[in-house]
Amino acid sequence: MATTPIPLEVRNITKRFGDTDVLKGLSLEARKGDVITLIGASGSGKSTFLRCMNLLEKPDAGELIVHGESVRFKNTAKGREPADWKQVVRMRAKLSMVFQGFNLWAHMTVLENIIEAPIHVLGKPRKEAIEHAEALLERVGLSHRANAYPAQISGGQQQRGAIARGLAMDPEVMLFDEPTSALDPELVGDVLKVMHGLAEEGRTMVVVTHEMGFARDVSSQVIYLHEGLVEEAGKPADVLKNPQSPRLKQFLSPKY
Amino acid sequence: MQALLDQLDALLANNSIFTLQTLSFYGDGLVTTVQLVFMSLIIGLILAIPLAIGRSSKNGLIKWPIFLYTYVFRGTPLLVQLYLIYYGVVFVEGIQESWLWPVVKDPFVPALVAFTLNTAAYTTEIFRGAIKATPKGEIEAARAYGMSPALTLRRIVLPSAFRRALPAYGNEVIFMLHASAIASVVTLMDLTGAARFVYARFYAPFDAFLFVAAIYLCLTFSILYLFRFLEKRLLAHLQPMT
Repeated sequence: MATTPIPLEVRNITKRFGDTDVLKGLSLEARKGDVITLIGASGSGKSTFLRCMNLLEKPDAGELIVHGESVRFKNTAKGREPADWKQVVRMRAKLSMVFQGFNLWAHMTVLENIIEAPIHVLGKPRKEAIEHAEALLERVGLSHRANAYPAQISGGQQQRGAIARGLAMDPEVMLFDEPTSALDPELVGDVLKVMHGLAEEGRTMVVVTHEMGFARDVSSQVIYLHEGLVEEAGKPADVLKNPQSPRLKQFLSPKY
Repeated sequence: MQALLDQLDALLANNSIFTLQTLSFYGDGLVTTVQLVFMSLIIGLILAIPLAIGRSSKNGLIKWPIFLYTYVFRGTPLLVQLYLIYYGVVFVEGIQESWLWPVVKDPFVPALVAFTLNTAAYTTEIFRGAIKATPKGEIEAARAYGMSPALTLRRIVLPSAFRRALPAYGNEVIFMLHASAIASVVTLMDLTGAARFVYARFYAPFDAFLFVAAIYLCLTFSILYLFRFLEKRLLAHLQPMT
């Protein structure tokens, strides 16, 4: 057993929107260096599950343990709320999220986007943050665009900038919410290449994706969700090459 | 060039209206107008920022009173507001004996109050719209990166909203300049007040008002130029890279 705490543990998360049970008790354990991909049809709850991990959605029940620290909840009239927002801020700073729609701050340059949270959330000195950011831009191949605004660069470049923004927090875990779904096909490759590199250097990642190639080649674990439950999970070689459930078989079969 | 100057010389020599005395009326009027508009815009802007934040609040006790205020001040003519404040203060019990009287007796103060409240109402709504139009994803990203609501407001929502509001606010500034012309009806000697005086004195409406119109035009162009400069700098993120 490793002596360092597990980066991210989620136990028995449930979530309902109105009358619909979206998540019906989902668990996940991301150990250091794990790359866990969540796959499933639209509406299977994979994005909601990911968003529960950093409390962008508040789970109705279940446990959330970030780097050995369990998030405390309290019951209020509006439902279950985090008991201590300082703790939430602390745990969110350890989990960087990359969004489907990039969500870069439009009024800031790429570089400013990357140094924003390290300076104002982590309290890093500006000079240090800039040095780190420049190294990260180099890494995602965006140095020449550091001073461009998000609207002035392509979607693929924006997403790589967003990945650099995530890395700038030195997170325990990177959460990816369909990072390539909003991109033109010819731009997908650049982003996947960067993610591939991250996996190789041992980043802990949880990835919601429709890129089966990425799931097959990179992940240490694949989880197939169906209607808020885990239908099948395991090594990509087992789950993707030799699916057991009929639903997963159909999900993986060529659509046209 | 010399010919043009000679022509101007001849023009001025042959007129009895634009003497040093009347020109100094216009000069004083210009100062009054600029002071009035500038001060009401600055105070209105300072008031509008917290009001716009409150107006965007989910709390009805904060949101609705502010809406009522902006609704009333945007829903009634500025001239009526000015009359109410200028003539209305006299009827406030005991005000003529209080220390406030020397202050509010001067028409500048009621005019300033009316213009400030009016522009604050419009500016509040301009900013509220801009705050509301902040892309949801950007706020979500701020939350996901551990920013508190106050930090998100300060670093993400307001800087982004101010930039979006800039073109509409530029219009508001020009509207205020033009609306300030009505200050002369409460005996304030602003630019229009000076023009009215010159008109009454010489019975020369075209000379008096065309001259003042030219001054307003110059002011408007300065404001336009200032906002074009600001937009170029602050809205760079919306322009394609050159």
